[in-house]
Amino acid sequence: MTLDLLIPSQLAHALLPDLLVMAGAMVLMLVAAWDRESAARQRRVGFGAMLVVVVAIAATVHMAVGGYTAAAGGVIAVDGYRWALDLIILLSALATIALSIEQNARDGILTAETHVLVLFAAAGMMMLAAGRDLMVIFLGIEIMSIAIYVLAGIDRRRARAAEASLKYFLLGAFATGFLLYGIALIYGATGSTQLNEIGAKIVHFKLYTHPMLLVGTGLLLIGMGFKVAAAPFHMWAPDVYEGSPTPVTAFMAAAVKAAAFATFLRIWYEGLYFLTASWVVPVSALALLTMFLGNVVALSQRNIKRMLAYSSVVHTGYLLVAIASSTALASTAMIFYLFAYGLATFGAFAIVMTLQPDGDAPALVSDYEGLWQTRPWLASAMAVYLLALLGFPIFGGIGFFAKWYLLQAALDSITGLVPLAVAIVLTSVISAGYYLQVVRAMFMSPRPEGAREPAPMGGMTRAVIGVTAVLILALGLFPSQLVRYSSENGLHQHPYSPTTGMGLPPGIRP
Amino acid sequence: MGNEFFPLFYGFHFYLFGLIALVSSILFVTRKSPVAAALWLINVMFCLAVLYILLDAQFIGAIQVLLYAGAIMVVFLFVVMLLNLGHPSELSDIRGKGGRLAAGFVGLALLAEIMVLARAEFPAKLTLPAAVTTEAAQGTAGIIGPIAAPLFREYLLAFELTSILLLTAIVGAVVIGKKREAGDAG
Repeated sequence: MTLDLLIPSQLAHALLPDLLVMAGAMVLMLVAAWDRESAARQRRVGFGAMLVVVVAIAATVHMAVGGYTAAAGGVIAVDGYRWALDLIILLSALATIALSIEQNARDGILTAETHVLVLFAAAGMMMLAAGRDLMVIFLGIEIMSIAIYVLAGIDRRRARAAEASLKYFLLGAFATGFLLYGIALIYGATGSTQLNEIGAKIVHFKLYTHPMLLVGTGLLLIGMGFKVAAAPFHMWAPDVYEGSPTPVTAFMAAAVKAAAFATFLRIWYEGLYFLTASWVVPVSALALLTMFLGNVVALSQRNIKRMLAYSSVVHTGYLLVAIASSTALASTAMIFYLFAYGLATFGAFAIVMTLQPDGDAPALVSDYEGLWQTRPWLASAMAVYLLALLGFPIFGGIGFFAKWYLLQAALDSITGLVPLAVAIVLTSVISAGYYLQVVRAMFMSPRPEGAREPAPMGGMTRAVIGVTAVLILALGLFPSQLVRYSSENGLHQHPYSPTTGMGLPPGIRP
Repeated sequence: MGNEFFPLFYGFHFYLFGLIALVSSILFVTRKSPVAAALWLINVMFCLAVLYILLDAQFIGAIQVLLYAGAIMVVFLFVVMLLNLGHPSELSDIRGKGGRLAAGFVGLALLAEIMVLARAEFPAKLTLPAAVTTEAAQGTAGIIGPIAAPLFREYLLAFELTSILLLTAIVGAVVIGKKREAGDAG
């Protein structure tokens, strides 16, 4: 069924999952304000938020199965790419809320608004997955970011959390300036904020080297670089990841990255595809720098949260290769990669949360020494996540295939990204240095004398760890369904025909 | 557009208020006392309102005065005074040489950018088609109509999302700013 987005009722239908999340967030906000502050209220609102997310997941599946499409030229997209990313975002939100309920209970945080803010952030992310208009995209980024700034500092007793929140807020506001200026210049050059109109005007008026458009694109690239934590705009990531409550860190690493990349790819493919010749070199340079810098710095980290933060910077570098590839195949590789990366990230941070010492003490890699002797299942699960992030075959499960498809996308790209493919392989080898260091500490080092016994896990943390580990391994053995699903839901905006050379952006030779 | 009939009048006022806005904004960023800075910012807002009115956008001009100069800046001044930030000696701005150099560099970069952009040529069709002149749009719907109609049609989603954004910001501000909980230890 084709939806006409200018009719409010049909627009509402196209936004069904998003509206459900927003409405649920508002109802829960009132519930949270109504009740007396207590640990029970925090749990109750948390379970309510999980229910909202489950309903929204059902609505997303309904929309995806229903085969809805939108008339061309709307402010939001109604396509499989959007639903696939919505599912990644909603599943991340579900896991975040589950972990948050138990983390808050452990830390004595009674703020029930934690879960409300996760819902608001998820709503903003879903607008990013949907947005086909730079205005909607900008609002989505801001809704997501403001909710995350607050979530980073939700534990007001810890100085580190306040530092993380403030740092993220200031740098985020700075990045917003770049983003907005870029959008304004692109609007000035093309007279539109809608991605497909921008693309059409670039071709129609031959704006390929228009200075205002190129400057706007550059500023937009810097703004997006901040949001996805690409080097050299990644400076905030380690401090913010370390200071935030661990479930929020997982949410930032998995869902914020997925949403930001979702809109990054859509802007670049639907709006700026025909400028490929201009942006492929800067984006590739950003990818290379991010991969190498992130990996080298991660090698020297002893704090596991900072190490995982740099590892997430490295994965930004890998995903930038998908942006630079500029093919439909790259968008399917990105969906697959974000799903795999999200699973491994949530699992790893759930374990970090379990083993986190109380208070402001840092979580060190040395805390994991000999974990195999006391908690063998936990150690095995952590090994699976780290190997998945590394892209190790079989034991890393789905992570291996994720990297494999990304490599394929780089090699099949129209822009000739063989050096980037080589860089992915090289930096993956470097990354073994710090991923395997943790594995070695867990399995081969003796448990130090007087080591702290890990706190007992809550049921939901256990569930998150179990489900992610099993999914990584199972989908690693049987990836065909997920591959088919990703390949059916990529962006198919500019079909390039190798025989006729049609649909190729100017300045690019096959 | 009025400036076809009174070129001198429009030109004179554009440059007059443009210059005042420019000078006021420079004074705004260089004042050490936040109250003085805020007052200069109000001056900038007023000048911008005049420029909007010169563009035949009287409604936007009025909104600019009411919202920015009237509401937001007043709240801003209240915050400055309530928090007792009015003393310049307690605040530090970018005093270091590196900071000043960086600021100057960014300013020069922006200036260079504007000069490059000013030389860019725009396709003729990107400018408004002749039929959509301001008079034609205002003739049927008044001054507010041309703003209201797209706001609730093409930009309905952006408009509603803005309210979600503000709601999120309010919830966040309350959560961060409210009194410490009873359970809070420190």
